[in-house]
Amino acid sequence: MREQGTALAELEREGTVVERPDEQPVLRFEHVTVSFDEIRALDDVSFQVYAGESRVILGAAGSGKTVLLKTALGLIKPDRGRVWVFGQDITEMPEEELFHIRARIGVLFQEGGLFDSLTIEENVGYPLENQPSLRCPPEERRRRVVEALRFVELEHTLDKYPSELSGGMRRRVGIARAIVAEPELVLYDSPTAGLDPITAYTIIALIVKERDLRNITTIMVTHRYQDAHFLANFRWDPQSGRLAPAPPEATRTRFLVLREGRLVFEGTRAELEAASDPYVRKFIRREQ
Amino acid sequence: MLDILKPPVLAVQEFFLLAGRTFRNLFRRPHYAADIFLQMDIIGVGSLPIVSLIGFFSGAVMGMQMSKALQQYGAVGQTGQLVALTMVRELGPVLTAIAVAGRNAAGMASELGSMKVTEQIDAMRALGTDPVQKLVKPRLIATATVLPLLTIIADFVGLLGGFVIAYFFLNLSSAQYWNNAWQSLEYRDVTFGLLKPFVFAFAIALVGCYYGLATTGGTQGVGRSTTQAVVTSIILIFILNLFITRIYVSL
Ligand SMILES: Nc1ncnc2c1ncn2[C@@H]1O[C@H](COP(=O)(O)OP(=O)(O)O)[C@@H](O)[C@H]1O
Ligand SMILES: [Mg+2]
Repeated sequence: MREQGTALAELEREGTVVERPDEQPVLRFEHVTVSFDEIRALDDVSFQVYAGESRVILGAAGSGKTVLLKTALGLIKPDRGRVWVFGQDITEMPEEELFHIRARIGVLFQEGGLFDSLTIEENVGYPLENQPSLRCPPEERRRRVVEALRFVELEHTLDKYPSELSGGMRRRVGIARAIVAEPELVLYDSPTAGLDPITAYTIIALIVKERDLRNITTIMVTHRYQDAHFLANFRWDPQSGRLAPAPPEATRTRFLVLREGRLVFEGTRAELEAASDPYVRKFIRREQ
Repeated sequence: MLDILKPPVLAVQEFFLLAGRTFRNLFRRPHYAADIFLQMDIIGVGSLPIVSLIGFFSGAVMGMQMSKALQQYGAVGQTGQLVALTMVRELGPVLTAIAVAGRNAAGMASELGSMKVTEQIDAMRALGTDPVQKLVKPRLIATATVLPLLTIIADFVGLLGGFVIAYFFLNLSSAQYWNNAWQSLEYRDVTFGLLKPFVFAFAIALVGCYYGLATTGGTQGVGRSTTQAVVTSIILIFILNLFITRIYVSL
């Protein structure tokens, strides 16, 4: 069941996300199918995300959320369909060209993806050292690494190795690495999985803060509805230095629900809570 | 029926794709020199003790066996020659490659496999590095450089092992043993004795890296690819050895 189309006209009719029709989506999937042997990890998935929007992707384990993010990065090639990022068709783009696209995307992997043979400083500075279009001299690199680590309040861990940090701290280092190059789009794969509620809140607060300070397009995969709630209904308040409630229009947050590779729901939080599909409803009764 | 064949055929195809990508990138920048030297240290210096031990004991054993056989013809004095030929032509290259396969094909598969399952390989690609350039190429270059050197050492230590037997148990003089050993070696023995480890290096590094990068299924998967990498590379070493020896004898 697909409750909402993605056509612009429909988005505008809903009145919650107002798009200029000439605006180009930051990310666009058109009938994307990804298969591994017999498994269809993504099955005819189409959606688009516009600049400044937030997306929450919900779905059971194995429903294809991670595959969706990796396909958006060009790490996985679709079997069918096309993917556009920043208006460029990346479906058959060679790896060297993809590096320039990926330089503009930040990503936090579910398993962290920190290099355990490198220090925290080297980890966070990795894109600035290796990404062809981001390369910068060592002094500037260090300054930006320290700045990114200060953002996640871990500037004292520069010389440590990932194995010396707790799970929550590693996640924060991952966030620092994702944002160090000031990307226009950030993808977070299950940023709070396996964390206690207080640490999870810290992580979500960082994600919201980064989004609102730099007005970044944010796509977050999660199983916790609580995370989605913060992303959709809170904004970073620079005055008080914490999250403050905000009307849903302000955060421009929309939800996608995946089920066995199929997109079964797309819409606003109000529509999500009004949904009748029992699978979709499973994800919304988890608050507090 | 065809379904049973599909996974191995696909795996072979994937392996050759990886090999092709590695060769294409061999002379293309970036070259991660620091990674190459690190791998040379891990593979070369790290394997030195086991390779020397294996070389010494197999040389000594050959010394004993050959002298026993030569006794029947009253030709114990030829022991040096037989030890030299078996070590340089066969035992040195093959045993060294097997030892390095056990240590380093396993090491590469488990290291790259852990990186795969913790999404470090994805992170590399997302952050601007090609894992073939950054991980596979340094390991291949390091193995192909270091394995012939290790083989020379194994050959020499093997001759030394044979010498210990000849000198202390067979009462051969030192000059008798070494001259006999030295003169028996032809130019092509040495060439093929070094060509072999160079070729085996590909069976070790590419197979180890292939299984590492193909790992799926968490930590269990890492164990599985490590085992497969060792088994496959050792089998490949024996098969390649047969082919190279076939070329050698037909020359
Ligand atoms: N590299 C792969 N090889 C084979 N199957 C895969 C691979 N990656 C993902 N899958 C399969 O695709 C499906 C979706 O996976 P994933 O996107 O990781 O789920 P999740 O929603 O939990 O993130 C799962 O059935 C998974 O087993
Ligand atoms: Mg996942």
